[in-house]
Amino acid sequence: MGFLIAIVVWAVTLAMAVPFVTQTWWMPESITTLGDEIDETFMWTLAGTGVIFLVAQFALGYTVWLFGRKSAGPASDSHGNNKLEILWTTAAAVIFVGLTFVGYSVWAETRFIEQKSMEPAEGRLIVEVTGQQFVWNMRYAGEDSQFGPTDINLIDDAAGNPVGLDRSGPGGSDDIMVPEMYVPVNREVEVVLKSKDVLHNFFVPELRIKLDTVPGLVGKLRFTPNKEGRFEIVCSELCGLGHYKMRSFLHVVTEQEYEDWLAEQASYLF
Amino acid sequence: MTEVEVSPEVAEYTEVHRHPEPKGFWSKYIFSVDHKVIGIQYLLLAVVAVFVGMALSLLVRLRLICPECSYPTLGTLFPVGAPEGVMTPEFYLAMLTMHGTVMVFMVLTTAPQGGFGNYFLPIQIGAADMAFPRLNMLSFWTTFVSFMLLMAAFVVEGGAPQTGWTGYPPLSAVPEATVPGIGQDLWLASIAVFCIASLLAALNFIVTILDLRAKGLTMMRLPLTCWTWFITAILGLLAFGVLLAAGVLLLMDRNVGTSFFVPGGLIVSDKQIDHSGGSPILWQHLFWFFGHPEVYIAILPGMGVTSHVLSTFARKTVFGYRAMVYAVIAIGLLGFVVWGHHMFVSGMSPYSAFVFSVLTMCIGVPSAIKTFNWIGTMWGGKIRFTSPMLYSIGFVSLFVSGGISGIFLGQPTIDLYFHDTYFVVAHFHLIMGVAAIFGMFAGLTFWFPKMFGRMMDERLSKIHFWLTFVGVYAIFGPMHYLGMLPHPRRYAEITGVDFLMEGGAAQLHLFITVAAVLTVLAQFLFLYNFVKGIYAGKVCTDPNPWEATTLEWAISSPPPHDNFGGKVPHVYRGAYDFSLGGAKRDFAMQCNDDRAVYGEPSAASGD
Repeated sequence: MGFLIAIVVWAVTLAMAVPFVTQTWWMPESITTLGDEIDETFMWTLAGTGVIFLVAQFALGYTVWLFGRKSAGPASDSHGNNKLEILWTTAAAVIFVGLTFVGYSVWAETRFIEQKSMEPAEGRLIVEVTGQQFVWNMRYAGEDSQFGPTDINLIDDAAGNPVGLDRSGPGGSDDIMVPEMYVPVNREVEVVLKSKDVLHNFFVPELRIKLDTVPGLVGKLRFTPNKEGRFEIVCSELCGLGHYKMRSFLHVVTEQEYEDWLAEQASYLF
Repeated sequence: MTEVEVSPEVAEYTEVHRHPEPKGFWSKYIFSVDHKVIGIQYLLLAVVAVFVGMALSLLVRLRLICPECSYPTLGTLFPVGAPEGVMTPEFYLAMLTMHGTVMVFMVLTTAPQGGFGNYFLPIQIGAADMAFPRLNMLSFWTTFVSFMLLMAAFVVEGGAPQTGWTGYPPLSAVPEATVPGIGQDLWLASIAVFCIASLLAALNFIVTILDLRAKGLTMMRLPLTCWTWFITAILGLLAFGVLLAAGVLLLMDRNVGTSFFVPGGLIVSDKQIDHSGGSPILWQHLFWFFGHPEVYIAILPGMGVTSHVLSTFARKTVFGYRAMVYAVIAIGLLGFVVWGHHMFVSGMSPYSAFVFSVLTMCIGVPSAIKTFNWIGTMWGGKIRFTSPMLYSIGFVSLFVSGGISGIFLGQPTIDLYFHDTYFVVAHFHLIMGVAAIFGMFAGLTFWFPKMFGRMMDERLSKIHFWLTFVGVYAIFGPMHYLGMLPHPRRYAEITGVDFLMEGGAAQLHLFITVAAVLTVLAQFLFLYNFVKGIYAGKVCTDPNPWEATTLEWAISSPPPHDNFGGKVPHVYRGAYDFSLGGAKRDFAMQCNDDRAVYGEPSAASGD
């Protein structure tokens, strides 16, 4: 019986672990250097915990097998082993707590963003993303780089004004509202996250980052995509019956394509 | 009930005894104040709830592999949620919400603590009952009311709530944002009532363990089961009060126009909502301040049972008993300061993440101690492969598998990717769900002969173990891979997401669903074994069939009404004295003095 348990424990352990080694079901390729760093943190964690996982499951199976044999001697009168206990505890503490420090700079880079300013820094593109059941609304400041004022009483989905933009306000006349996001490759993008109704979550797997959109709060994420392509934006916080189909796209294009797209969108305004 | 030897002291004690053995059906089986009857009531409630919860999970699984499939019976039962038998996305969310709520509250919280704790804590410490028997009865029946309220949500107009077991506002607070109806209100009322019941129970447990221990039973001689019930009760006392408050506030937001959790300026379906000034994140803080300790409320008793059973059937004392006690205390303490790791991407201040992350990682340390000591307990033993032993070994394996993924999720950087994906679903199901349930299987098969005076069929239990152990790994292992894709949680279907369709999510879902159906079928084997055991199991006249050491094995099976016949047992030793050098047998019961263990054969007592 002990041997059978050992074999089954080892078998399920391997079955769990192998796809992580062969990477059969895996993350899509990262499109930011920040994403690469997150992947690196993940791989360190995978290596560290992988060793502990394999060792613990192997030890469990081996112990059950060894001391479950009919030929095993009488049980010992041992009450523990302080030296081993302290050694194991220290090792676990160093690995587990150490891992926190490995990835923390990446967290700081992503999330320690100065919360006040809406003014774009040199070359940084700001896109305002407003979630609502069950669509994403993207707003660009337009040529003047200034977002127009919004008024809750102007919100009218049917009339194509989902965020209540006041076109007559300062900087409001050239704001661009679109359902999908276009950004130029290799330029820093700041996404300003808002919600009209309930919680949503802005998540692009290739960027490796997500953040809830919270009504009443403004959230910010920054990233610099370094690969062109079309990537899915999905909602990652339960927002109601249409949660699973709340989707949009992030298009990373060349600087020229971006300018052309922007000009085309602006041309619809007047 | 067995005859109890009546001495003059016993006669006197019985006279002043707080509750003499009841005679009528109602006072004996329904509104009983006997902790043993109440324990079984809790267990039966959990058995009913677990089958409800499993049925709900099957519906969830079925919709995931085939959103458009029709199940005519379902259409008859739920004409609105499943018109012509086809489950709507709303229905999917309702099933998912109720699955989580039923399992977390009515199964994982009731059975390990209310069930086994109620039945065996007083006996293991040598007491005649809990400290407050009437309060104990009130706790159970309050829990029962809570369960009924929750079930009522299925049948009201609008159906069960669809906001997940976490019930995040504004979705849960603003009726316009989801299907309107009182399902969510019933859900909240149920939770609030459940909190009250759990608070009463927690007080009772704490007082009992502090005040009613037998002579000689110091804290450091307590069975580890008692330690885990003790710490669990403290967690319950501190956590449920907060959830109760949060639940009442959310009920008020829904019904009397307050705005604790709803900010101003909400626009739902192009209509302004009349609320102002609340914070959705406040709910998350309150909820997880309860929610994280709740994880340990579910799993700690399972850890206790595992330690107890491993030691008993390895015929060896617990490896590092003190370290085990300190580890449980450390897990309990740390459990209260890590709630923020559920909220790394909630919009809460990013600066707090480091603290929550480091503290979370610290929980890995006592967890590692426990795992090491469980293996250490078996090392050098002489293992007997009874069914409770198999379940306990399974518990250790599942605890490791479920715990290790927590090291990923506890790091905010990695959580940015994995938060709210199936990786999380896999993580908490393995550790809080099935590991805890393996602890219950171990407890049930271990204590069954004591509770019912009969044995469950060992062969059936073992077949059930193998099917379930492989089954749960087949269900929850692949969910990690879904999380890698990364598959977001709570998606009613995957057809609209390219990276899921192209990444092979459909095939993984199919595999998981097949495994889930088979594993659920295997549970009927256990149910059959359990019910058959009560009525037709092999009669077990030996009060101590497992040759165990703690006090419950010193009295007859099932135990008499007042447990020890009016006497207070004397405890001479720790809870796990196995294979002592020079002893007559390979175990020494806690009520055996040294003479009984080593000395003249005629002096043996307690068996």
